[in-house]
Amino acid sequence: MIEKDGVATLEMVKSKFPKKEVLFRPKAIIECYQEIPCNPCETSCPFDAITIGSDINKIPQVDFDKCTGCGICAKVCPGLAIMIVMIKNGKAYFKIPYELLPLPLIGEKWQAVNRNGEILDKPCFIEGVQKNKDMTTIVTVSIEQPYLYEFVTIRSKYE
Amino acid sequence: MIEKDLVVIGGGPAGLSACKIAAEAGMKVAVFERSFALGGQLVKQTHKFFGSESQYAKVRGMEIAKILIKDLEKTDAEIYLNATVVGLYKDNIITVYQNGRYFKVKAKAIVIATGASEKFLAFENNDLPGIYGAGAVQTLMNIHGVLPGKEVVMVGSGNIGLIVSYQLIQAGVKVKALVEAAGKIGGYGVHASKLRRLGVPILINTTVKRAIGKDKLEKIITVKLDQNWNEIAGSEEEIACDALCISVGLSPLHQLLSMAEANMLYVNELGGLVPIKTCDYETSLKGVFAAGDVTGIEEASSAMVEGKIAGLMAAKHSGFIHPEYEKLENQLNSELCVLRQGPCGEKIRCGLKKVGELA
Repeated sequence: MIEKDGVATLEMVKSKFPKKEVLFRPKAIIECYQEIPCNPCETSCPFDAITIGSDINKIPQVDFDKCTGCGICAKVCPGLAIMIVMIKNGKAYFKIPYELLPLPLIGEKWQAVNRNGEILDKPCFIEGVQKNKDMTTIVTVSIEQPYLYEFVTIRSKYE
Repeated sequence: MIEKDLVVIGGGPAGLSACKIAAEAGMKVAVFERSFALGGQLVKQTHKFFGSESQYAKVRGMEIAKILIKDLEKTDAEIYLNATVVGLYKDNIITVYQNGRYFKVKAKAIVIATGASEKFLAFENNDLPGIYGAGAVQTLMNIHGVLPGKEVVMVGSGNIGLIVSYQLIQAGVKVKALVEAAGKIGGYGVHASKLRRLGVPILINTTVKRAIGKDKLEKIITVKLDQNWNEIAGSEEEIACDALCISVGLSPLHQLLSMAEANMLYVNELGGLVPIKTCDYETSLKGVFAAGDVTGIEEASSAMVEGKIAGLMAAKHSGFIHPEYEKLENQLNSELCVLRQGPCGEKIRCGLKKVGELA
């Protein structure tokens, strides 16, 4: 139970994803499960793809037809609860917000981690590192597609 | 005696917001801050804020402090730092202690924005070196660049406990566990999820029974609690750590108001003793207004909005009508309403009903 352990169940995670066919283009996956007063994702989206409404406590809804996967929402979300996901050639690509040091470097192999903080069997590869003025770095990683609903972040690199 | 139109006590999010609006309304304002810098607790909040754009959502707390201070410096408000207000008297006079000097200030109106202080927890050996309040840990780390320890256990899963745990990890400290006496996580789920994916165990229905150490903290003993908050015998567990961080809530810094014999009420949902206010934020003392955590523990986002309302109303009380008075009054009240209308605002709504601020 997320209220007791902070971990979303597989069904909860899947409920935030569009159909896999849609993910041939990058899309924002917003893991916002609780009504809290917050709306920067909605106001920062240049494509009006995210709707919360005048009651800023409501859960954001993504219009996957409008979402271009630009990643602006992932950068601004104060809860670090948004990632951009795409499937290409049997691999899942994620853009994730990352606020720890050291930052990964492109080409490195890092440990992939699930929502429970456990290291996944397969590593992920760092495909891109976009540093930002607001100090939340967006890291692009690739991992085998079966980990689509499990992967959530990266941990120290393989030595 | 120094005379001002408005005296604001406390230079945190509520106080700074009150100063700005009152100065815009044409008041001669002085703000008194007991710390060496303005900004209150904002200056050590390295995380991005929630809320909406009008409360600087997605901006880090420390950056919001810079914005508020810059805004204030554009006005002719007078800033007193290292200045502790030690007395509040019924004829709108305060006494101030600053750098060995003790003086009086008289004002047409006063805004009390003193904020809150951390609650502590009673358990055996809770005075061992290495046991801190979460706010102290933030000050050490984020203001002075000093690590509180190498291996920390956090007590309390409210937003402060969750956020400070995350900041400890960012600073390179191992957070061994977060314990929470209640049966569920108190703060925002997104903060808890951030910790879980970094591998921090969150132990609910658990509290600290005892701290152990010779000259400083070496380990703690936790114990499980049943649904009636009684310890479950035999459920004790040991966690080795050199720092323990207590984050079990805040209580309003009501002392000046109590001293001046304002009508006060103990409201559990608001964190303790709070002043009874009119909907214009005036306390039972004529011309004395209050805003922010001193009127009930809430987020800094609402403290900023409350501060603006208090500034607006204190100005009106003294005959200074802000050029955009009506627009601001409506806008600010609706901002507060929106911030509080979700399930997370239930506690504060319930508390505010008790003090009569909400119908």
